[in-house]
Amino acid sequence: MKRKLEVSELIFKIISYVLLTVFALLCLYPFVYAISASVSGRHVVEYNEVVLFPKAVQFDAFASMFRNNMFWNSYSNTLFVTLYGTLWAMGVSILGAYALSKKRLLFRKTFNFFLVFTMWFSAGIVPQYLNYLATQNVFRAVGIMDDKWLVVIAMGMAAMNIILLRNAFEGVPSEIEEAAIVDGASEFQVLSKVFIPMSKSTIATVALFFAISRWNGYFWARRMISNQYEHPLQVFIRLQPEMYTDPDQMTGWSANYASDSAIYALIVCSIIPILIIYPFIQKYFAKGTNAGGVKE
Amino acid sequence: MKAVAKDFLLYDEETGLYREDPEQAVRDDVEKHYWLHVGRTIAKDWRLYLMLVPMLLVFLFWRYFPMYELLGCFKVPDNTIPVSQQMFTGFSYFRRLLVGGDSLSSSFWMAMRNTFLLSFYGLCFGFPMPILLALFFNEVRSNVARSALQVMTYLPKFMSTVVMTSLVMMLVKQGSSISQMGIVSQLLVKMGLISQEVGNAGLLNNPGFFRAIYQISGIWEGAGYDSIVFFAAIIAISPTSYEAAQIDGANKWAQMRYVVLPSMLSTIVIMLITRIGSLLNIGYEKVLLLYNTNTYVTADVISTLAYRTGLAGGAGTGVASAAEMMNNVVGMLLVIGANTIARKASNTSLY
Repeated sequence: MKRKLEVSELIFKIISYVLLTVFALLCLYPFVYAISASVSGRHVVEYNEVVLFPKAVQFDAFASMFRNNMFWNSYSNTLFVTLYGTLWAMGVSILGAYALSKKRLLFRKTFNFFLVFTMWFSAGIVPQYLNYLATQNVFRAVGIMDDKWLVVIAMGMAAMNIILLRNAFEGVPSEIEEAAIVDGASEFQVLSKVFIPMSKSTIATVALFFAISRWNGYFWARRMISNQYEHPLQVFIRLQPEMYTDPDQMTGWSANYASDSAIYALIVCSIIPILIIYPFIQKYFAKGTNAGGVKE
Repeated sequence: MKAVAKDFLLYDEETGLYREDPEQAVRDDVEKHYWLHVGRTIAKDWRLYLMLVPMLLVFLFWRYFPMYELLGCFKVPDNTIPVSQQMFTGFSYFRRLLVGGDSLSSSFWMAMRNTFLLSFYGLCFGFPMPILLALFFNEVRSNVARSALQVMTYLPKFMSTVVMTSLVMMLVKQGSSISQMGIVSQLLVKMGLISQEVGNAGLLNNPGFFRAIYQISGIWEGAGYDSIVFFAAIIAISPTSYEAAQIDGANKWAQMRYVVLPSMLSTIVIMLITRIGSLLNIGYEKVLLLYNTNTYVTADVISTLAYRTGLAGGAGTGVASAAEMMNNVVGMLLVIGANTIARKASNTSLY
């Protein structure tokens, strides 16, 4: 039997729909605007005639960006850092989380505290940079100074993600593990054949957390790497001179698109990969956030 | 012979005598050679302990070594020698920041105030938004429509800080005439909310607007995504609770008041406490990317001040470390306090 909606319910429902739609559209608007402005003609962008849809369409802003080798270079650096950074972080995190999830591990509490303490207390930017200066010789010896490999191994670890993985591993029934051991599986086989397949969704979530933070990483890449050929995309975007120049005073800009369009085109290019995979991954994020009921 | 009651003696009921506990020998041995036994256990199970090593090294290197460098706040900075050999100066940097009376000290207090205010306004405006969104999402019965709205509102969370701040800068950028300023400034001028001169100068160059821009962009970025956890709490409510309330004649507001809010309360309390716990952990990246010399008055927070003082040619790393030290210690006390309260209040500990 379907109950008739009361007036108060109806009002609240209407308010909900309206406000949600408005908020969702406002969330999307800056991106839509960026896309429209990136493909609109010079005059309409400089005089802000673009409001929602592109006008006087041109693709030269994109074309000239695609001709820019530094753009492709920074793009490939970002892909490199995202791929290897995620693999590195996942490898270290999975191994550590697996060991921490074992009740038989000696000093388990101490190791957990070692991890959790970094969530309470982080040294801050200046000491982290001083530490980087103090340990530079190590990187120089390994040959990754001023190199994207440095960004791959540095700073990317998050205690929270390891704890998420540890909780997932703790949820694997011990009978299955025992069965695997009886069948003669070694420690690494137990991990790779039992624990990893059984916590696939948490592993996917954590990997995505790492991948997104790598893709978006900016500050340390900028501070630690001075060689512009090793810069990732985020640093490249930020270092575009047009960002800080008043377009009114820019002389010698002769293209048929506005300087703003060039920046918008860059922004659009940096978000397109995320926009493409986003619909497939967002359910994992919802899951990961809800798995946050963390205990020690 | 009189039997002495000792820990390691067992009372034998049959004979009425005390005898030695056979396992005690093993226990004694373990106690005497504790580290030997630890070593043996680790040697037998070495694969498990080997797995821990990379993680421990990474955290040692990137998290604990910086804490050691932080001790530089008590020392005279010298890049050529390790912190332990630098000259000890005690609390002089702390004194200089807290009661120095110079411009550095006043910027420190300004940054302290800004750090607190940015967090506090985030608590006032940023915190209720996800809860409201979750309540609204619950009203959308069609799964397709709800998923679509959720996907749209989560999206900004996945944009990098650089992209987000670049967009903000473009939307409120300066311009010599109304048609050349950013589209949002233009709208605000046309609505009469800001004067044309303010719009011309660019909103991000005006200290009066920094906090608003920071909060609004924060809501844009995070409100949708943060609503996930509240929405999960709402959909966990059993439909029978609503039905019971309806039979009792509760209208929508009464249902909200007596069914939905009580069920969400523990989640809200936990999130609120977490938020208070991280009151001093302002994301420095966003501030660094958005602020400029014109807006230090309202935008400068402790970590950005420390960054400028220590790394970008300021008064030196010692003072900068001292500022970070104070921020971190107070921040840690807040986190631990918040976590303790959460544990007491709801038996759920966050860490």
